[in-house]
Amino acid sequence: MTTIADNPRTLQRFCPQGVEDVTQAIAEAHAAGRKLEIVGGGTKRSLGDPVTADALLDMSGVAGIDFYEPEELVIKVRAGTPIAEIRQALAEKKQHLAFEPPDYAAFFGNPHAIDTIGGIVACNLAGPRRIQAGAPRDAVLGVEAVNGRGEFFKGGGRTVKNVTGYDMPKLLTGSFGILAVLTSVTLKVLPIQPQEITLLASGLADGKAIDLLTQVLGMPFDVAAAAHQGGVRAGPSLTALRLEGFQGDVAARRAELESLIHRVSDVRAIADEESRTFWRSLRDLSAFAPDPGTCVWRVMLPATQAARVAHAVGGEAIYDWGGAEVFIRTAVDKIEAQARMLRAMADEAGGNACLFRASPEVRKRVSAFQPKPEALHDLGMRIRRMFDPKGILNPGKLGVASNGAL
Amino acid sequence: MKMAAGDQAIIGRRDALAAGFRDIVGREWVLDKEAELRPYECDGLTAYNALPLLVVLPETTQEVSLVLQFCQREGIKIVPRGSGTSLSGGALPLEDGIVLGTARMNRILHVDARNRTARVQPGVQNVRVTEAVKHLGLCYMPDPSSQAIATIGGNVSENSGGVHCLKYGVTSNHITGMEAVLLNGDIIHLGGDFLGGADREFDLTGAVIGSEGLLAIITEVTVRLVPQPATARVLSLGFRSVEDASLCVGAIIAHGVIPAGLEFMDRRIVDAVSSMLGEKHSPEVEALLLCELDGTRTEVDKLVEEVEAIAREIGVAELRISKTEEERAQIWLGRKSAFGAIGKISKDYYCTDGTIPRGKLPEILKRMEGLSKKHGLDYANCFHAGDGNLHPIIMFDAAKPGDLERAEAFGEDILKACVDLGGVLSGEHGVGVEKRDLMGYQFSNIDLAQQQRFKCAFDPDELLNPGKVFPTPCRCAEFGRMHVHNGKLRFPDVPRF
Repeated sequence: MTTIADNPRTLQRFCPQGVEDVTQAIAEAHAAGRKLEIVGGGTKRSLGDPVTADALLDMSGVAGIDFYEPEELVIKVRAGTPIAEIRQALAEKKQHLAFEPPDYAAFFGNPHAIDTIGGIVACNLAGPRRIQAGAPRDAVLGVEAVNGRGEFFKGGGRTVKNVTGYDMPKLLTGSFGILAVLTSVTLKVLPIQPQEITLLASGLADGKAIDLLTQVLGMPFDVAAAAHQGGVRAGPSLTALRLEGFQGDVAARRAELESLIHRVSDVRAIADEESRTFWRSLRDLSAFAPDPGTCVWRVMLPATQAARVAHAVGGEAIYDWGGAEVFIRTAVDKIEAQARMLRAMADEAGGNACLFRASPEVRKRVSAFQPKPEALHDLGMRIRRMFDPKGILNPGKLGVASNGAL
Repeated sequence: MKMAAGDQAIIGRRDALAAGFRDIVGREWVLDKEAELRPYECDGLTAYNALPLLVVLPETTQEVSLVLQFCQREGIKIVPRGSGTSLSGGALPLEDGIVLGTARMNRILHVDARNRTARVQPGVQNVRVTEAVKHLGLCYMPDPSSQAIATIGGNVSENSGGVHCLKYGVTSNHITGMEAVLLNGDIIHLGGDFLGGADREFDLTGAVIGSEGLLAIITEVTVRLVPQPATARVLSLGFRSVEDASLCVGAIIAHGVIPAGLEFMDRRIVDAVSSMLGEKHSPEVEALLLCELDGTRTEVDKLVEEVEAIAREIGVAELRISKTEEERAQIWLGRKSAFGAIGKISKDYYCTDGTIPRGKLPEILKRMEGLSKKHGLDYANCFHAGDGNLHPIIMFDAAKPGDLERAEAFGEDILKACVDLGGVLSGEHGVGVEKRDLMGYQFSNIDLAQQQRFKCAFDPDELLNPGKVFPTPCRCAEFGRMHVHNGKLRFPDVPRF
């Protein structure tokens, strides 16, 4: 197993145990101009552009469930809380984080690292159920955070309906720690459906498979996942649709969906633990174990464009979200040319391409994220300055060097 | 609530400014006569009004960009406006500012059935989106009560809700991208035209939604379309007490059922609606719950049975369940007529909009009863119980001196109680001017300062809808130097509007 964590040198490490420690650590860093890399369990240090920092701010000590009210469908947790701990607490009440947070620890080569809720929210990462239940951005109702000046602030609340002030929860979700350090998040949770079943079609060409997924998603089947494992691969492709609900209802939808799939392919079903294992593996990109000779792209675009763009790149592809999110594993040797072509195609399709996994050197050369138009980039810089005037939080994470810019 | 005095120097230049705007949008699309301006003097919060300096009605994104550049150059304030259905005064005009109306930007630009999105201009009425995609078996789920008139641009600005939020989420869960224009004229594109389009790093789509016109002018919106549910049925559940109805709300959710809609009406509303529609309810009924369940036929039938069993266990006094689409529409008609019905029994009414955690329903209803006595005004309740979003309707007589002020004080006390119980000041109407001066009750100085700094990144000149949402000016020029210490600003005596 090759680990590709950035910043291998041992940095000074701050380990706050509570909000006061966090505000103090950041206020001091702000005064001293000390740049901080923000980590929880460290599973996603290699996601994004390499960070240039003087010290680590390790948030794993700011952990625990502040409150959980199952009948209110709401939980408030501190940012460093392991996802596994949250999952377990929710499962006891037959509830879950519906956005299905992926666990990329092994994918990034750190199989023993622990995913935290702060990391998942900061990177806004969702699994296959995103098509039905949304992403973290749709589940985060409230945030508490410390900005780059060392000031503690809160935004949002604990209710689903809230338009009181700006939607800070959405702004911070997916901000990769460059605006503020999350100290707690309040999340909407949902009941776990009692039954799940997955219908699998084998050997469909990518274009045909996406057509099928698109057709199904436009009908009231209420599918809880729609994915396709295709691209250039050793075995036959696999197209998967998941249904969740109670028994009679799942059976009724399954019968109708099976007959629809039968028009284009043979179909088989897997249920319960077998189905759960299948989606866990797809969610965590288990098929793409780290390998220094390859890199992984994440392309987000209209599903109807996905097969065309993935084919132009070549390589093994995992299409999730009905095709709107595609992970492509390719050889790293022609990365610059590939990046140019893929980003142009993604842009033309109205989407974007992120170099999701590659060595720090490669990400430095190619940059992890799709470049933004100038006006949007400048706006981003201005916003960053309003939260973190000296650019001490995760400098470089979203590209641009370590001079306090993004 | 006071608005800042208008800048006489700007008001004195009205004719020259009108000529400048006419050069951009054309002669007839700048309104400057009093009779033309009068219809724009207020939005749905009719207690406050002001005549705008001018009304400017652009047709294209390019025109919006030029209008904003002109405003920045001349220092003119801008109040964006859709149909003016806002209930919080978000579109209240300023005497020294223009109203920038989106009425001419009213086209559905593109429907992408396969990717289940539609790109629409901000002036498109909410209901038109679903009408345009119905034949594809799709719909646009957010459905504020004003959906026949309210525009998508306004919905996005206020992050509008509606009946279906509990299960399907609010506006921000249904927008994948947008085009917007910054004050300096920059046209920016956020998110994309596909599911997950807004999921990128540093996503600003979600932050612009619900920003009440303070950050940018929205010129295009991409909405997510979802398949129309195969079937829907509604239960009308009459309870002998408000407590029983509240108990039923909690029990349904705790049971793992997420209704498509869960609405509460108290006896006053029920009576008002009865007198209008002739719909009779048992005299025992003190509170009515409407619970809509949607999905596949099998699923809905099963859920109806479950909800019925829960309601019977609590001791439901009156039970009606729709078996046909007509019956469902009939049951909903009562809820949809509620606000109109109140107009028949009270000369004037004031409706506000706080949110509380669901479990605090009995407590907030008890507090409202006490506040009603304190302020000497009657009230009624009709709200989205499923997501704890309250719309207390305070009845008063505007002709009676002091009545409006008492109604506002009553509303303010209710909103403070919402915050005290762990809720928020606004669920779906926005802060606007109505709740502006209460922001400090929910947020600390630092919370507000951080939000105001965020605005400065978009609008350093503070020309976009100033005087709304925040109780004090942003003073962007000073933010670089201002320091907050222990939650206290160094200048606590900043000017109030």
